[in-house]
Amino acid sequence: MGALGPAEWQAIDVTVRLCLYTTLILMLLATPIAWWLAHSRSRFKVVVQSVVALPLVLPPTVLGFYLLIALGPRGLIGGSLEQLGLNHLAFSFEGILIASVIYSLPFAVQPLTEAFRNIGRRPVEVASSLGAGALDRFRTVIFPLSRGGYIVAATLTFAHTLGEFGVILMLGGSIPGETRVLSVLIYDHAEAMNYEAAHSLSLMILVFAFFTLFAVYSMNRRFGVSRV
Amino acid sequence: MFFTAMNRLVMAIALSVLSAFTWADQPLRIAAASDLRYALDDIVAAYRIAHPGAAINVIYGSSGKMTTQIINGAPYDVFFSADISFPEQLAREGLTVTKPTVYAIGRIVLWSNTLNALDLTLADLASDQIERVAIAQPAHAPYGMRAHEALQSADVWETVQPKLVFGENIAQTAQMTRSGAADVGIIALSLALFPEMAKHNHKLIDRSLHQPLTQGFVVTRNAADNPEAKAFADFMGTKQARNIMTRYGFVLPE
Repeated sequence: MGALGPAEWQAIDVTVRLCLYTTLILMLLATPIAWWLAHSRSRFKVVVQSVVALPLVLPPTVLGFYLLIALGPRGLIGGSLEQLGLNHLAFSFEGILIASVIYSLPFAVQPLTEAFRNIGRRPVEVASSLGAGALDRFRTVIFPLSRGGYIVAATLTFAHTLGEFGVILMLGGSIPGETRVLSVLIYDHAEAMNYEAAHSLSLMILVFAFFTLFAVYSMNRRFGVSRV
Repeated sequence: MFFTAMNRLVMAIALSVLSAFTWADQPLRIAAASDLRYALDDIVAAYRIAHPGAAINVIYGSSGKMTTQIINGAPYDVFFSADISFPEQLAREGLTVTKPTVYAIGRIVLWSNTLNALDLTLADLASDQIERVAIAQPAHAPYGMRAHEALQSADVWETVQPKLVFGENIAQTAQMTRSGAADVGIIALSLALFPEMAKHNHKLIDRSLHQPLTQGFVVTRNAADNPEAKAFADFMGTKQARNIMTRYGFVLPE
């Protein structure tokens, strides 16, 4: 495995930041969605479920295409930002962060929904009757009981964001230090016939992905058994 | 504890988003057609010696794709296209600050990893021995457009078409051919002269068979007040840069 150059370290930095922020944002965002999906009896539940699962089946190009149009300077969101004197979001780190949050949404929501469903409503109702506020109930009852679900959701989200390629290529281009993540850099190395660099980065990701999945499945077993 | 950690992380996210809007010193970003992949790398290296401390990033891709990206707001400062029509299109849309300037004329060649390209003609591509022919995507890669025209002029387009595989840009086309996945590729002379590729022969395709690959560059609106962009544009006219371009087989204007 060859030594890593500055371009590789820069891509690692962008990738790790992207994966971390995506995971954090999704843990906050997926919690209410998953709770609602786990306990709601609304007839809109199936609609929300389908929307959340869309990134699983959509080609990344569809998501990349729509986001490019929406976030670019001529798009609804990008154009409005420009009018406010801000930058549009296409070809920027913030842009691919938004894309990653959408793209990895099912990987955060589904394990959490599963975990919340296993807790059931009862512990929360008991806490509520004892006078615990919403935040208190989450912190002292829901979160500790669904810790396994959070670990699995966070790990899967992180790993899935690491494996992102098509959406980032379409929406982000390949701008060093901004949107050139590891998967895009490998593509670039292969195209430049720089096979040695492509090899060492690919191997690195392969090993990392294996250990991540290994960890997830081990935790799944452990928490799956001991869950309340 | 969970919440203190969360608070800290939310702060970190807010700060990094904020810093993204306020950063000042960003490197010069050059978008370049893939046929320049090796020539421009050498020119940038020479520029860095002449201008120590210059921060430059080059991003390669097909000229058509780069144009679409710039229209959609990609933050490139200078755009080197394999066909001047793309910078001209950007100029018409008011996205540039300089007039599109011709910097080189490109050539297409036949190249193969398994056959001796010197023995090949465009007509041979129709033969049964050749199963796969790689060209760049004619829809948005100028080298692909010219390959398409050359195949039509040689009257083999109809027979060769079912054998075609398309690279997303000309560097990918060269890579597909080098891997042997395609028996023959129609690629840029500048890539065939890259040391790794030059171990094999190439055969120039008669330039009368296609429209000229008039390559042009432009400084984009993104670099309106970026002196580095102008300095680099000027550097392309120096003897040093021109020598490098010639070494990679480009015909230069004037």
